[in-house]
Amino acid sequence: MTEEELIPTSSSLLSFSLFPCCRPLSVSLSRSPSLSPPLFLSPPLSFPQIHIIDFDDENNIISKSVLLHQAGEIWHISASPADKAVLSTCYNKTSESRVVTCGAVWRMPPEWESGSHESPDDPHNSHNPQNLELLCHLDNSAHGNASSVLWEPMGDGTRVISLADNHALLWDLTESSTQATISSSATLEGKGQLKFTSGKWGPHHNCTQLATANDTAIRGWDLRTMSQIYCIENAHGQLVRDLDFNPNKQYYLASCGDDCKVKFWDVRNINEPVKSLEEHSHWVWSVRYNHSHDQLVLTGSSDSRVILSNMVSISSEPFGHLVDDDDLSDGEDNHQYDKSKEPLQDSIISTYEEHEDSVYAVEWSSADPWLFASLSYDGRLVINRVPRALKYHILL
Amino acid sequence: MDGDINATAPGTTPPDTDPARKRRVHGMLKLYYGLNEEGKTVDQAESMDPCDINGPHFDPEVYLNKLRRECSLGELMDQETCMVKQIRSLDSDMQTLVYENYNKFISATDTIRKMKNDFKKMEDEMDCLSTNMASITDFSARISGTLQDQHAQITKLSGVHTLLRKLQFLFELPARLNKCLELQAYAQAVSSHRRARCVLQQYSHMPSFRGIQDDCHAIMDKLAQELRQKFRDGGSSAKDLSECVELLLQLDEPAEELCDKFLSHAQSRLEADLLGLEAELRPPLSSGPTAVTDPYTGPARRLSVEPTAGSPTGPSSLNNPFLSPSSRTDILEFIDRGCNEFVSSLCLVIASYQELFVNRPQEGELASKNIPQMAIGKLHAFVDALATRYFSLVERRIQEEKSVGDNSLLVRALDRFHRRLQAVAKLLPGSAVPSQGTEIVVRAARERIKQYLAALQSFYLNSLTDVRQALAAPRLGGSSAGGGSHLGGPATGKDAPASLPELLSTLSASILNQIKSVLASVHLFTAKDITFSNKPYFKGEFCSHGVRESLVVNFIKFVCQSSRQFCESAGDRGGSTPPALLLLLSRLCLDYETSTITYILTLTDEQFLVQHHSPVTAVTALCGEAREAAQKLLNHYVKVQGLIISQMLRKSVETRDWVNTIEPRNVRAVMKRVVEDTTSIDVQVGLLYEEGVRKAHSSDSSKRTFSVYSSSRQQTRYAPSYTPSAPMDTNLLSNIHKLFSERVEIFSPVEFNKVSVLTGIIKISLKTFLECVRLRTFGRYGLQQIQVDCHYLQMYLWRFVSDENLVHFLLDEIVGSTAHRCLDPAPMEQSVIEVICERG
Repeated sequence: MTEEELIPTSSSLLSFSLFPCCRPLSVSLSRSPSLSPPLFLSPPLSFPQIHIIDFDDENNIISKSVLLHQAGEIWHISASPADKAVLSTCYNKTSESRVVTCGAVWRMPPEWESGSHESPDDPHNSHNPQNLELLCHLDNSAHGNASSVLWEPMGDGTRVISLADNHALLWDLTESSTQATISSSATLEGKGQLKFTSGKWGPHHNCTQLATANDTAIRGWDLRTMSQIYCIENAHGQLVRDLDFNPNKQYYLASCGDDCKVKFWDVRNINEPVKSLEEHSHWVWSVRYNHSHDQLVLTGSSDSRVILSNMVSISSEPFGHLVDDDDLSDGEDNHQYDKSKEPLQDSIISTYEEHEDSVYAVEWSSADPWLFASLSYDGRLVINRVPRALKYHILL
Repeated sequence: MDGDINATAPGTTPPDTDPARKRRVHGMLKLYYGLNEEGKTVDQAESMDPCDINGPHFDPEVYLNKLRRECSLGELMDQETCMVKQIRSLDSDMQTLVYENYNKFISATDTIRKMKNDFKKMEDEMDCLSTNMASITDFSARISGTLQDQHAQITKLSGVHTLLRKLQFLFELPARLNKCLELQAYAQAVSSHRRARCVLQQYSHMPSFRGIQDDCHAIMDKLAQELRQKFRDGGSSAKDLSECVELLLQLDEPAEELCDKFLSHAQSRLEADLLGLEAELRPPLSSGPTAVTDPYTGPARRLSVEPTAGSPTGPSSLNNPFLSPSSRTDILEFIDRGCNEFVSSLCLVIASYQELFVNRPQEGELASKNIPQMAIGKLHAFVDALATRYFSLVERRIQEEKSVGDNSLLVRALDRFHRRLQAVAKLLPGSAVPSQGTEIVVRAARERIKQYLAALQSFYLNSLTDVRQALAAPRLGGSSAGGGSHLGGPATGKDAPASLPELLSTLSASILNQIKSVLASVHLFTAKDITFSNKPYFKGEFCSHGVRESLVVNFIKFVCQSSRQFCESAGDRGGSTPPALLLLLSRLCLDYETSTITYILTLTDEQFLVQHHSPVTAVTALCGEAREAAQKLLNHYVKVQGLIISQMLRKSVETRDWVNTIEPRNVRAVMKRVVEDTTSIDVQVGLLYEEGVRKAHSSDSSKRTFSVYSSSRQQTRYAPSYTPSAPMDTNLLSNIHKLFSERVEIFSPVEFNKVSVLTGIIKISLKTFLECVRLRTFGRYGLQQIQVDCHYLQMYLWRFVSDENLVHFLLDEIVGSTAHRCLDPAPMEQSVIEVICERG
């Protein structure tokens, strides 16, 4: 398959335009066992599609396959942790001039899964993209519009949470994911029209925690009892846009919002953030911890910037790796590293300004911890690597 | 004989003897008549001229010849008669003289004869006297010879008499001593005993004397006992006491013990003084925390009521209604009392002690004991201990002095305190007391500076509260009036923030006044008539480090810091600070940066003649800080105002059902409100900040059409079939457009002018609008409504910003994004949009 545009502007950067002036809403990197991590991209309003981008790290080649999502415009997308062919979406359904947001679980057609997706020499294939196969709806009209669907991290793909208006619904899927039943639910109660804006299923404590954001508050839930365990009121001055759990350090949570800030919380002490960054000049839409090196934090903002920060002081490796004794015998090489081994300060590693419009999603690769992608409103997907110097610094 | 004759008879040879004799006679005559002086002059002239009849060289022959030669007969006749006449008168003169001298001679002869007779009589009397004298001598020798024996006897008898009297004194001594003891005439007793002591000591081998000595010893022991008792009782006055000590010393009491006793006695009295002072301290302390905490709330209020407070006569507590005046004396009274009672009696003690023990004339055995050194050591320890207690009391009292209204009272009290300690210094050179006292004064001054700083800070915060209230009051009226009316922005906006410049000027003026009055108060510490003002601390460190750094610089820093806190604390919690206050403070900080800081520091330096020994905070650093604070405040103002407008726009986008909306007939009220609010913000900012620079407007700024939804691009974009190449063109177009337009920093720092501020606010608002639009789905009429709204905004907002292209760009983006989010993108005709917008 030939790509429309492939602009490697530097050795570590791939910039890649997908759609003209449309809004791909999320990027999701599946837990693929292959070296090349596929990306899922959501589509424009009129032609709901899912683009699966394959990035060949060694050759810097991007390949893309397109799946049609007939049901409607996708607002949220996430892949099953167990079955890489299964994914869930939240989408807009327009019926009788009403817009409703629904959640559903889908299976990708087997052709793609078997790896025999459109051959690069056949450009026509992209004109006849295949449809997704619907597995089940996560719908309950009583609970309103679904804003996101979350899979149980590290799970077997049978447990899903959907956030709908002011409800958090825990679904049990059957083995084949063809049927979903609500096993429990929690409701946010309070004055006014409360609505979950985003949520995250925590990977710690045996996956029994859920963090949600509504307006300026962040709430934690215990999934066993479906009850609220903490609430950070006024976590941000304005709307909270996104959350992420530190994968290596329980109780630690990152959040971002419309006050241009990224805040790091220790949920055991919710009065003050552990750390607060104010580097963006507009709303921060997305924040992501690196899956293995949690000092690396990625943020995307509607000021069109992606910022990679190094939050050493609050990471699980605050002093870097200890140098082994036998490493010291290596001589001069080591010397150099020793010098750079001075405890790193929290710092901005780099600011990526390849995007021309608001960046709505950033995501780390699940296969290669040094790779990340970002996506902006104008349809540009940018894949970047962590700077080599920093990578060695962290590794050695 | 007269000049004419002399002149006419020159050049003749003088005769030998005759004229010389004649002349001698003539000279004697002249001498007799006292014509000596005249004669002299004549003498000199005469010597030359033999024709001068009066001269010594007169020669009658020459003269006669001359006359005969020169004169006629008549003249000769005349000359002759004249000559005869003169000779006659001379003769008669001589006769008279001779007669007179004769008489005198006769009487002298008579006198001599009389004297001769008298002397003879006297000689006889003298002879008689000498014979009498010889007989008297004879008699007296005979008498002394007869009396010699008796005289020796009498001398012996009188010696015995004296000895007997001495013995009698000794025998009577015990009785006398007892009597003295009874009458308490101790001094007399001691002096009597002293007189007898040596004798008794010498003759103690005789039993009778020993008895006397023992008696005396017993009595003197009793007396010493009594003296000691008196000494111990302590009821006696200082004078009595010193007398006591003197006597005891004379009785060979050990000096060390006496010193101790004296001091302990003095201590008890001084301690009574101290207790009196402490008692004065105690009531306010024990009466509970109200009295202590009240001054805290007091100063600020009092400062604002009477900024130049300080009638030194009125005790400070009288001004404070929370303190009953009786419960505490003011500090001046307290210190006065301390000085008058404690310090003066301490001085008295020191003086009498020194007189007794240190400055005594050294007598024999006492000198060897080296008393003065021992005594001085004891005195130092004693004074130090008591002074420490006194100082701790004074310090406690000073610490209670929290109200900053009247500094002169404190300064005067400290001055008196310090002055009185100088007396101790004079009495007791080398004592640590005065330096400790100075240290207390220094500490008090430091504490005072801290209090003033706190007072200034609370004053500043209070005046900020006042400003806040003043801002809130008219604001209510303004918003209620502005709510209903449409686009009356300038009119309604005007009366609301009209007082902003006034508020600013009153605020800065009152702060400046406050600083000045505080400086004036603090300046009292360095006044010339204050004794401690010439101490090195008050000359150097107090001025530079204390006043300049701790007080002035810290206050300025506090102003900046508290301003910054407004940004940080209020920002997250949704703007509890009114935006106008932020604006006002920003201007205040900017004013500080440009002029006020320099002014204040120059004033301080001038008033206190600050010599910069240690490095001090530079004016530029402070200015930088103020500017930073001003910038931060202004940024925050922009953020807050932007947020307010953003929230309006956001609500309006989020709450509406854009799919099913009706065809637009009007501009939405929210947009009018946005324009209105922007206008009033414009007015508000304009009151405090200058206009600023803006780029030139195009001629038809308000009439621009949005190019985004030109029909050609519409078609390619929304073509029914998906083609990968077609969208690329438009995407490329859009991206190229963006490549050339500058990246818009939304929450970027603004400059200190109106246009920049307004640009910032509008940027934030429109960007929010854009992001909100992108989250919604629109129907056909939804899109058209957005078109109308954006055109309306375009018509009014361009005039506020520095670069109208920015507004165009953002509005383009909004309409473009709406079109993308539209299910049925059918744009409205431009002309229709214009009609709707112009209709208002």
